[in-house]
Amino acid sequence: MVIPFDRLERLLLRVQRPGRYIGGEVNAVRKDWDRTPVRVCLAFPDVYDLGMSNLGLQVLYDILNRMEGVLAERAYAPWPDMAAALRETGIPLYSLETFHPLSEFDILGFSLPYEVLYTNLLEMLDLAGLPLLSAERDETHPLVIAGGHATFNPEPVADFVDAFVIGDGEEAVVDVVRAYRRTRDGSREEQLTGLAQVPGVYVPRFYDVAYHPDGTVARVTPNRPEAPHPILRRIVPVLPPPPTRQLVPNTSVAHDRGVIEIQRGCTRGCRFCHAGMVTRPVRERPLEEILEAVDGILAQTGYGEIALLSLSSADYSRIGELVETLAERYAGLHLSISLPSLRIESFSVDLAEGISRGRRTGFTFAPEAGTERLRSVINKPIPTGQVLEVAREVFARGWRTVKLYFMIGLPGETEADVAAIAELARGVRAEGRKIHGRRAQVNVSVSTFVPKPHTPFQWAPLASLEDILARQQALRKSLRGGGLKVSWNEPQMTLLEATLSRGDRRLGAVVRRAWQQGARFDGWDDWFDQGAWSAGFAQEGLDPAFYTHRARGREEILPWDHIATGVRKPYLWREWELSRQVQSRPDCRSQCYGCGILAAFGELWTPAWGCPQRDT
Amino acid sequence: MKQRLRITYSVNGPLRYASHLERTRVWMRAARRAGLPLSYSGGFNPRPRIQVAAALPVGFAADEEILDLWMARPVGPTEARAALAETLPEGLTILRLEEIDPAAPSLPTRVRAAEYTATVETTVATQEVRRRVEALLGAESLPRQRRGRTYDLRPLVEGLWVEAERPGEVVLGMVLTAREGATGRPEEVLDALGLGEDFFRVRRRRLLLEPAAKG
Repeated sequence: MVIPFDRLERLLLRVQRPGRYIGGEVNAVRKDWDRTPVRVCLAFPDVYDLGMSNLGLQVLYDILNRMEGVLAERAYAPWPDMAAALRETGIPLYSLETFHPLSEFDILGFSLPYEVLYTNLLEMLDLAGLPLLSAERDETHPLVIAGGHATFNPEPVADFVDAFVIGDGEEAVVDVVRAYRRTRDGSREEQLTGLAQVPGVYVPRFYDVAYHPDGTVARVTPNRPEAPHPILRRIVPVLPPPPTRQLVPNTSVAHDRGVIEIQRGCTRGCRFCHAGMVTRPVRERPLEEILEAVDGILAQTGYGEIALLSLSSADYSRIGELVETLAERYAGLHLSISLPSLRIESFSVDLAEGISRGRRTGFTFAPEAGTERLRSVINKPIPTGQVLEVAREVFARGWRTVKLYFMIGLPGETEADVAAIAELARGVRAEGRKIHGRRAQVNVSVSTFVPKPHTPFQWAPLASLEDILARQQALRKSLRGGGLKVSWNEPQMTLLEATLSRGDRRLGAVVRRAWQQGARFDGWDDWFDQGAWSAGFAQEGLDPAFYTHRARGREEILPWDHIATGVRKPYLWREWELSRQVQSRPDCRSQCYGCGILAAFGELWTPAWGCPQRDT
Repeated sequence: MKQRLRITYSVNGPLRYASHLERTRVWMRAARRAGLPLSYSGGFNPRPRIQVAAALPVGFAADEEILDLWMARPVGPTEARAALAETLPEGLTILRLEEIDPAAPSLPTRVRAAEYTATVETTVATQEVRRRVEALLGAESLPRQRRGRTYDLRPLVEGLWVEAERPGEVVLGMVLTAREGATGRPEEVLDALGLGEDFFRVRRRRLLLEPAAKG
């Protein structure tokens, strides 16, 4: 039954930013509920303002709503004031298109792009009035499915989710809906058995996990023949056409702009980068398709800004031509173009200049580490001289502010590497001062490196809390002075992210305890509740340090080893060894290192891939 | 010569919950989707030229709001209205669209007052509400605190009356001054009437403008 507007209105007039909870966005799709047999609610467990900027959800929304007999609506995590108001009034969490309670949908599809959303996943299930545990739900409840980058290690939330879609969702989501249609009248067990046979789908209850006495995983075994082992990630061989009827919010959101993915995957092979490892191979979208899509997006949204998304903009083979064409074509509309992830090289400065229309706000660089040695360790080898040279060029062309991104706590980092961060930042400031004097500004963002599953650093320990604090303190001291500004991550939050990233299935109970004790919006400084998490770990008798600060050995079965991204473990180990030998390897477009992608997916190869046709 | 279009419109539904700035942006995007030849401001960050007569608070509905929108080249008002009607989101409805003198005084400077109706769900008897309305109107001054500042609400209340009554509900009408630095707020009036804790909905009926300056 639809939530009556009169009941909702009473809540909306007393919460902050009520526009988050009312829908009505341009391009929202409202299909006939009664005449549509399969109803999916796409759920984003973060606040509306962030969720609306997520491209993945929009892509699936578009694909599902194009399907005959299927409707897709949306829900986001209510801010705590709204969550309290919903509970107090007994109104269940509802969809923004037709105001149906989430419990009335057939499928809830959660996006889990990052780990600190796990308690919000529970919060949304609870606000929907659903049992949290997959084992406690049956065919009378919606199927709870999740996907997104965090789910390459699904184990910490395996207790709550019925099935995970691992990898690219565009084709998998269609198969999931078809499998559901075939089994919808069956028991939950039968529904899940159907889903388990869809390539790329992982149904956790069909796998048993055994542990060694020391807490490491002994084995993960399927408990029925339909469950594949390992579960191989889904990929789309060619990027499907991008959505152009993009949702346009009525209220302001984080990134209020049209979005187009110009390329998926990255060939650079930075060893810390999760996205770079789990989205291989590189697949470029043809230039003509991008231009046509941008035209459609602008016409259908009215946006004055478009973001060209990829993991490394300058690596798109026709990026110069693309940017030039867009700038020319939409000069009359004063279109802003945003290009994230520019590399530190003069070509990137040219690109940034081409899209700046005379505006020179801030120019962002990500050297990641302070010394050339450490940049070789992480396989992002950029000479210090080049950083300074490019900075000089940026300032010379009119920018006054340069943002620098660094990480502390990288494997093999020494005090000298940390000191070099400050030195490099001051060096960049000196370049700026030569041109702009005291008006030159360098903003330094220092995050703490978190080892991620499926990367060469998956075996590495997280830096100790003492080291993190000491290094932050050292930088705080050395980065004082005019024209320098530093920002940090809260170390306790980093510890939590690190625990959840490489957690095993036992962490589900901890996530649940933390949620019960009030943990929500764990990625938000204002809400992060260290006490709730510490209590959760203590109650479950688990030590966070086991997950964060422990170095793993080559033979250890990692909790996510049964999820195969296509990149082979021996390749990751080789990269890990090379990093310890301070050896970098050039971009794999020029030379294939046999990461495993071609072995796993080679029969899907197309010329738009960054890979050569064969493993060499 | 730039063309200036004046649009009179209502605000309902989801658009009630947007802020003034957000709603202004909704107009810009609708105009872009409609393919209108918008006139842009100068500078590094050019924006479509649009001017809204008076900010409408979050949560309020409105019957007759006004804004001006500038075109880089002339368009037919009928065509412009039809094109916008196609692209406006649910909750914004155009009532009139006319071309006006580009040199006419700016809208915000002409707003003098606004008329509201407030529907209040209350257990206070209508008889008692009437008595409080009389008392308020009879008061010399009504000192109130808002955001730590004391001000006098009384001179901002140009009119206040009971418009209708239904069981458990009373509908109040009011005309409040709406000038720069002297804006009466309906919720402040309700609070002064002892109804501030009750559930209420506010609708802005119309804006009262100064007559256009002569010469």
